[in-house]
Amino acid sequence: MGLKEKLHQTKLKYQGKKMAPAFNAIHTFLYAPNETTHNGSHVRGADDLKRTMNTVIMALVPCLLFGMFNTGYQHSAAIDGFPENFSLFEHFLTWDNFWLGLITILPLVIVSYGVGLAVEFVFAVIKGHEVEEGYLVTGMLVPLIVPVDIPLWMLAVAVVFGVVIGKEVFGGTGMNILNPALTIRAFLFFAYPTWMSGDKVWVHGAVDGVTKAGSTDAISGETVLGYLAQGNTADISYSLSDMFYGFIPGSVGETSTLLILLGGLFLIFSKIASWRIMVSAVIGALAMGLIFNGVVAAEWIPEYSKFYGLMNFEFWQHLLVGGLAFGIVYMATDPVTGSQTNRGKWIYGFLIGFLSVMIRVFNPGYPEGVFLAILLMNVFAPTIDHYVVRGNIKRRMKRLKNATIYPKTSGEVEALTTETV
Amino acid sequence: MGLLSKKDANLILDPLADNNPITIQVLGICSALAITAELKASVVMSLSVLFVLGVGNVVISLLRNIIPSKIRIIVQLIVVATLVIVVDQVLKAFAYELSKTLAVFVGLIITNCIIMGRFEAFALGNGPWKSFLDGIGNALGYGVILVIVGFFRELLGSGTLFGIPVLGDPIAKTGLYSTGYENNGFMIIPPAALIVVGIIIWAQRSRNKALIEEA
Repeated sequence: MGLKEKLHQTKLKYQGKKMAPAFNAIHTFLYAPNETTHNGSHVRGADDLKRTMNTVIMALVPCLLFGMFNTGYQHSAAIDGFPENFSLFEHFLTWDNFWLGLITILPLVIVSYGVGLAVEFVFAVIKGHEVEEGYLVTGMLVPLIVPVDIPLWMLAVAVVFGVVIGKEVFGGTGMNILNPALTIRAFLFFAYPTWMSGDKVWVHGAVDGVTKAGSTDAISGETVLGYLAQGNTADISYSLSDMFYGFIPGSVGETSTLLILLGGLFLIFSKIASWRIMVSAVIGALAMGLIFNGVVAAEWIPEYSKFYGLMNFEFWQHLLVGGLAFGIVYMATDPVTGSQTNRGKWIYGFLIGFLSVMIRVFNPGYPEGVFLAILLMNVFAPTIDHYVVRGNIKRRMKRLKNATIYPKTSGEVEALTTETV
Repeated sequence: MGLLSKKDANLILDPLADNNPITIQVLGICSALAITAELKASVVMSLSVLFVLGVGNVVISLLRNIIPSKIRIIVQLIVVATLVIVVDQVLKAFAYELSKTLAVFVGLIITNCIIMGRFEAFALGNGPWKSFLDGIGNALGYGVILVIVGFFRELLGSGTLFGIPVLGDPIAKTGLYSTGYENNGFMIIPPAALIVVGIIIWAQRSRNKALIEEA
């Protein structure tokens, strides 16, 4: 008797008991349920909510692992300086790096899942439905979009806020207007801005005042965007390949554009995420970046302007730094909060990319705007869909009106035309 | 309430909970969002509305039989404007700092829907004593919500109550702050008030299902 069979037996045994939802949750988490429908015939796909969620989580795991290595790497690089001749296996993929990352990031993951699932469970009990799996992806996204050293209690408060106000008040999984993970991040950003921006939070140990080797200066590390927003026009100390592979400071999982790209491709080929949103968001970001580059090239803005640094930034490099790539691939494509219609997806994605870069450049407090842009477009997504659907109806009505109808007998012509008008 | 008959008592008690102007009628939200970052401002605002609504209701009720119905809105506006100016001047004279915090919102009591609403709905059709009780009741109902929202926003957002630090010193890291606690900047900004009011509405309607409107 295999595991599947055993789980099924257990499920039958506990059917109707109080603990049934818990067993069902484990059972369906591992296998497709073996229930059959009793009335009529229905085609059932195996790609239910759990399968979808697990696929996204699989796409996120590389980012999480990379984030662990990067935490250690950034920490030691801040203390000892960046290695002269960087070698992937000697300096980056080391046990020391991984261990440091593991002990810093694992608590974030545990708090995120523990608190979030606890809230879900409480609501499931109150409302009397089975525990919904909607939090599985959110719980994995949250640790990846916060700075490494965020205090755990802040994360816990934000998760409670995000899950309750962002999701449960609207009716739970599938009913939310805003992406819960981004609601959590937005809450943290507005509630505790000192922990979400600046040059102290992106490198592990900087807040606690760990000092550089052989000096009394505390370590620090700015994100590339932070550096540019300071009005620094000098060359960035990170090379393009550093930015692409992700050896830069930033939120835990957002740095490696390469892995995000691979994750995105995986999601597209498994048909979980919409390629339309991803492609149009990239186009939108490039368009806004080009406009800013054009403004600089036309010398409409002076070099001492505080926006100069970010405006002058090569348009396509916006995709390599900050959370833009991560947001586009994993958050903008959220099927619940995004647009549903194909044409709507193009508009929705384009505006996300466009606004992200715009907010990034013009935000005075914090040079990042992806989460704000996606949240804003989440709110507009139903409106976009509404107009796309209305436009469709209008076009088809017009086609119908202009259509010539060939009746079988000549007497029906008038009856049919009056019906269609 | 030995002083009041049951009916009169209900005029005061109803708006406090089951017919609350903010959470049930959803009136006067604007000022509830704008000035509740501090408890002190919330209390002063509540008292101002209490005065304006209590006195205004009595005045309108006394005049109710001689106001021509065509121009009643203008008469109501004059009454409320007079009272608001009195409040504003008193605040400027005796609590200048606070009147700066409240800024334009004292003046905007004139446009507070609760006040015009009570004039129209109650004072024009009832005697002065009843109108007075109704005014006091509604103003208290408004004030209760303001104070609750102000309490949570000031406590969580600034760690103070009436400007007095209650959680310790955030800069010297004493009290609760020594454990790593920090003030929640989100509570300072007006959207937080909307969410707090929303949570109050949620809690109230979960307790009393009869209040839930049909969708």
